Amino acid sequence: MERPIRVLVAKPGLDGHDRGAKVIARSLRDAGMEVIYTGLRQTPEQIVAAAIQEDVDVVAMSILSGAHNHLFPKVAKLLREEGVDDMLIIGGGVIPDGDIPFLKESGIEEIFTPGTSTTQVIEYIKNNLKR
Amino acid sequence: MFDEKELKEIKKGKNKWAEETVKKAISRFPERKEKFTTGSNLKVDRLYTPVDVENSNYNEKLGFPGEYPFTRGVQPTMYRGRLWTMRQYAGFATAEESNKRYKYLLAQGQTGLSVAFDLPTQVGYDSDHGLSEGEVGKVGVAIDSLKDMEILFDGIPLDKVSTSMTINAPASILLAMYIAVAEKQGVSKDKLRGTIQNDILKEYIARGTYIFPPQQSMRLITNIFEYCSKEVPKWNTISISGYHIREAGSTAVQEVAFTLADGIAYVEAAIEAGLDVDDFAPRLSFFFNAHNDLLEEVAKYRAARRLWAKIMKERFNAKKEKSLMLKFHTQTAGSTLTAQQPDNNIVRVTIQTLAAVLGGTQSLHTNSKDEALALPTEEAVRIALRTQQIVAHESGVGETVDPLAGSYYIENLTDRIEKEAVEYIKKIDKLGGAPKAIEKGYIQKEIQNSAYNYQMEIESKERIVIGVNKFQVEEEHHRDILKVDPEVERLQKQKLKALKEERNNIEVKNKLRELKTIAKTSKNLMPYILDAVKAYTTLGEICDVLREVFGEYEQSVIL
Repeated sequence: MERPIRVLVAKPGLDGHDRGAKVIARSLRDAGMEVIYTGLRQTPEQIVAAAIQEDVDVVAMSILSGAHNHLFPKVAKLLREEGVDDMLIIGGGVIPDGDIPFLKESGIEEIFTPGTSTTQVIEYIKNNLKR
Repeated sequence: MFDEKELKEIKKGKNKWAEETVKKAISRFPERKEKFTTGSNLKVDRLYTPVDVENSNYNEKLGFPGEYPFTRGVQPTMYRGRLWTMRQYAGFATAEESNKRYKYLLAQGQTGLSVAFDLPTQVGYDSDHGLSEGEVGKVGVAIDSLKDMEILFDGIPLDKVSTSMTINAPASILLAMYIAVAEKQGVSKDKLRGTIQNDILKEYIARGTYIFPPQQSMRLITNIFEYCSKEVPKWNTISISGYHIREAGSTAVQEVAFTLADGIAYVEAAIEAGLDVDDFAPRLSFFFNAHNDLLEEVAKYRAARRLWAKIMKERFNAKKEKSLMLKFHTQTAGSTLTAQQPDNNIVRVTIQTLAAVLGGTQSLHTNSKDEALALPTEEAVRIALRTQQIVAHESGVGETVDPLAGSYYIENLTDRIEKEAVEYIKKIDKLGGAPKAIEKGYIQKEIQNSAYNYQMEIESKERIVIGVNKFQVEEEHHRDILKVDPEVERLQKQKLKALKEERNNIEVKNKLRELKTIAKTSKNLMPYILDAVKAYTTLGEICDVLREVFGEYEQSVIL
């Protein structure tokens, strides 16, 4: 039997808004995925360590504080430095349209903004796994 | 409110109406839905009549504004005397930039300030700390030391404005800085008016900017209660907040229940610390959300006021009238704003403003239409402020007190929200009070479930959000948004470095050593924190010392 999709839902930085992250975590789990949620205030280093240790297929990060341009790329960079190339990295939150091209160039494969349905996220993950 | 004979007649009439008139109508035009509910999923009947409020004793349940149980409002004349305080939460980038925004808002007719701090400040790190990277000046202004605070309030006379500061874990430090700035302006402590949020329990529940473990946090809070009751008597020492609980996804009932349960915990902690309830209770204030379901929200505020008055009187034996009053600030619901067709948010905020005002708020922040996209632009902030001003001066809703009272629906809903909140509070009491219920994850779990259901309702279109799951259009690219210059972080670090070179570092060391000694005792920390900030000790340095003595809170997550 194929192993279920493993997802790390992570909250980088100091932002405490976790409603979205928790709703996403639960809906991914309800869709049959294995979900590990980091809790608040994770440094990029902690997120990368958790992703590797848990051997996840997806790293899904959420930021609503405006620090995404700094923190999302840092996680992608650290993962590359660790030689990880088979994890799908995605992000969500209050992220202005104008920032999305930069984030995609930095290795975040997709950005989900307010109004996204959980079904969209689930479908996206299923169709874009790297393994 | 009606005699028995009348009620009988009404019951009879209603049955007849249902059997004949309604049935006929429905057979031709069925109702839109099988089940009607409020925004928080309370059942809504087709029609409310005196029968639905039949147990209402007017004097007992409603009474008169400015009198127990304050259902109709805390002031006798409400907005006929003075309009609510229009207070826009603002702050970003450096103290200089925020100072400019405050002066702009005051010039636009805003009547009170509300300071937003950046996340490093809120969790007690200086701008040069590793964890502050990328966050400096983002969601609020960066404050490292008294120096920044002096710039923040430059040219703003602190005896003339009232200032609300959204600060929790390090509230005592920011309050101390405010007192120190006032002193430099020649304004004595007893003239200062304002509020610190200082509500740590909801940080554990919903907002996330905690630092220390609960017990030590509660000590800092009761230290502030005690200090202010003697030294800063006009200061609201806490703003017990349901706002973030609702934003995290709770229902209206849960918002009332969990907020008042937190309130009960603070009162208990203060009494346990030896304070007299009537010494600090008049300075307690509350902070609620204003969501989209207009009538449910109005009922919510009225229910909260009545329930708190009863709790203070019956549970805590408070004697002063002012101890029984639930005064509150309101903010419109950020979580209801959509990134899609953002202009529609102006309409949502208008409805929410009406809810807050018809519910008798003491002050109000209206959100800007672009907040689902980024920090608000100056234009968006102005429209938000104008929304309040139009409701205040053109709508007429403030011309009489509590105008929706007596509506069968409103009174019925007020009763139901109160009753359901009481049930929750009983459950929390059984778990050992709010701090214990938080430790067990009970409150968080209840909110998470509501948040999840809310999202699922949107996805199944049981709940309609215009522009999101109905009446969508091709979205334009949103260009006019506010960006915080990344330069801010560099500048702030530079200022901090210069400060550390200029100040008397021996004095700083001494103050920190003294603070550490006192932190280990049960003495009130406030005077020592004030001493330390006056010597330009930084927020991060003070928090580090307290972290050393108190330890740090570790979040327990239950999905």
